[in-house]
Amino acid sequence: MKSEIKPAVTVSGVTKSFGSGDSRTVALKGTDFGTDEGELHLVVGPSGCGKTTLLSVVAGTLKWDAGDIEVLGTKLNGLSPAEITAFRGRHIGFIFQQFNLIPTLSCVENVSVPLLLNGAKRAAAEKKAAELLALVGLADKGRKRPTELSGGQQQRVAIARALSHEPRLLICDEPTSALDSETGHQIMDLLSTAARSPGRCVIIVTHDPRIYGYADRITAMEDGRLKHVLSGDPLKQFVQSHR
Amino acid sequence: MFHLALKMLMGDRAKYIMLVGGLTFSALLMTQQTAVFQGLLSWTTSHLRNMRAPLWVVEAHVDYANETKPLRDTDVNRVRSVKGVDFAVPMYQGILKARAFDGSDKQVMIIGLHGATLFGRPPQMLAGNLETLRLPNTVVIDELGVQRLSAGRKKPIGLGDTFEINDREARVVGICRTERHFFGYPYVFTSYDQALQYAPRQRKMLSLILASPRPGVTPAEAARRISAETGLKAYTSDEFAKVTVAYIWKNTGIPMSFMTTIILGFIVGVAVSGQTFYSFVLENLRHLGALKAMGASTWTLARMLLLQAFTAGFIGYGMGVGITAAFGFAVLPGGQPPFVLEAASLIRTAVAIVIICFFAALLGIRKVAKLEPAVVFRG
Ligand SMILES: Nc1ncnc2c1ncn2[C@@H]1O[C@H](COP(=O)(O)OP(=O)(O)OP(=O)(O)O)[C@@H](O)[C@H]1O
Ligand SMILES: [Mg+2]
Repeated sequence: MKSEIKPAVTVSGVTKSFGSGDSRTVALKGTDFGTDEGELHLVVGPSGCGKTTLLSVVAGTLKWDAGDIEVLGTKLNGLSPAEITAFRGRHIGFIFQQFNLIPTLSCVENVSVPLLLNGAKRAAAEKKAAELLALVGLADKGRKRPTELSGGQQQRVAIARALSHEPRLLICDEPTSALDSETGHQIMDLLSTAARSPGRCVIIVTHDPRIYGYADRITAMEDGRLKHVLSGDPLKQFVQSHR
Repeated sequence: MFHLALKMLMGDRAKYIMLVGGLTFSALLMTQQTAVFQGLLSWTTSHLRNMRAPLWVVEAHVDYANETKPLRDTDVNRVRSVKGVDFAVPMYQGILKARAFDGSDKQVMIIGLHGATLFGRPPQMLAGNLETLRLPNTVVIDELGVQRLSAGRKKPIGLGDTFEINDREARVVGICRTERHFFGYPYVFTSYDQALQYAPRQRKMLSLILASPRPGVTPAEAARRISAETGLKAYTSDEFAKVTVAYIWKNTGIPMSFMTTIILGFIVGVAVSGQTFYSFVLENLRHLGALKAMGASTWTLARMLLLQAFTAGFIGYGMGVGITAAFGFAVLPGGQPPFVLEAASLIRTAVAIVIICFFAALLGIRKVAKLEPAVVFRG
């Protein structure tokens, strides 16, 4: 089976700075970045090199200063803030280091949020949410509140939430760094399964060498710029060297 | 999405209780104080309702219903001779000392009614017969009078019992029900002539004249003619009530002090609810940011916040008004403090609560509008 490889995200020459005057920090200094559909793509690099900032501009949650960003065939440059919000709601799923589940809502309700935001009815959304919780192995935890679960269980709820509206792009910022190694692997199994479904793509920012083995591609950043991209054999060697 | 907004609100027990509590307190303060104030205002004109005369003729410098400046005896006839006046009768009103059975002195409001007509009679007799007032040394007292003048008696004072007014005997021949007088004195009704016996002698004894217009003449028209022709001041009952309320507004600190409390209730509502709701929003900012990242528009989030604020407002309003009503039911039978709860005051409170909630929500909406969804990536 051969399928044409389509780009999922293309970032070219993007700059982004915070603050002004003396306190000005340039987080992205003309960054290029690209990933294709069907890929699980890791972004690595030292702290403060701009990984989170890159994720934020790709997700359209942060305005950038210059350069072009195209996500799933749509140029973000041309969209109004409201259009970007709507685009994000439809096509992008998020997973955060701190899970960011709403503590006063049950797990089912948390997972149903993206569906509701996309206009689903409450009953349908909760039914789908329950199915997704079952998929991540939490069928019996639907009525529980997130705070009653372990960190790994909470992150699985977050994955169910991120997948609930079947987004094509999954954006994860250090999804395993708050978890132990064992749980981290469970989470990565779920994410790499998600990445393999057709037309989908997963981008993960990480500091966690334990998960390098899951990557189809690794982009290394340094000081607001792309340093190098690894795939194929060099990637295998890189992974070996971090065992 | 909106059912989740409500769950988020109520899930934060402490803040929710604080928010609803602040709004309840605010609604309570505003309606309850208004009701007591309205009650107090209604007391200022209770005298008019106890007499139920269409026309009140008083000395030209009398400013309000509970003030007395004596007239000349001849003024009654001058009023009677005005065209359009059907009849006019003299009335005495004065505050005198009555001695209860135990020897203590009680202030009472003596009303001397025109002997032939007893015009201005109390609205409701509970015992005895008003007509008996035509006998000498007889009085009809109201329920408050029974209460006050029974001091030292085994049984409450009743028909046939006597007490003293200015050292003269007064025999109770009737008990009546009145609306409480503004000054809080019990009413003691007697005949005009008898009242002059009780009262200390003065040059002018006539307190005011009650009159009625001829059929076909409106009270307002008759009042105008009396004022014009006699130089006295004639009011219809309604006008006199209005003048009285206006006088209280202008010349006493009462409205001011109530207004202060009511405004305080509003400010407490704004401060407590605004502050609590704002800190609720701040605490949830991370989650609101996550919702924004997941595609919730500012408008959706704004509506969620409005729903949350107004739900708390609705519940707080209901509880505040409910407690006010319960308070009303508790105090109304005793008549103390005065209490008049009008629909208009409920609506005013509702409007105030709406403003408070809107303000509280607005603080949060401003924050959410400026919120960059990228905050959720920061640890
Ligand atoms: N909102 C902000 N305001 C000011 N400076 C910011 C802001 N966000 C990021 N920065 C700065 O931009 C630079 C890049 O930050 P970024 O969070 O993208 O790094 P990172 O690679 O994700 O680091 P880490 O691995 O520690 O998460 C840093 O110097 C950071 O201090
Ligand atoms: Mg980061």
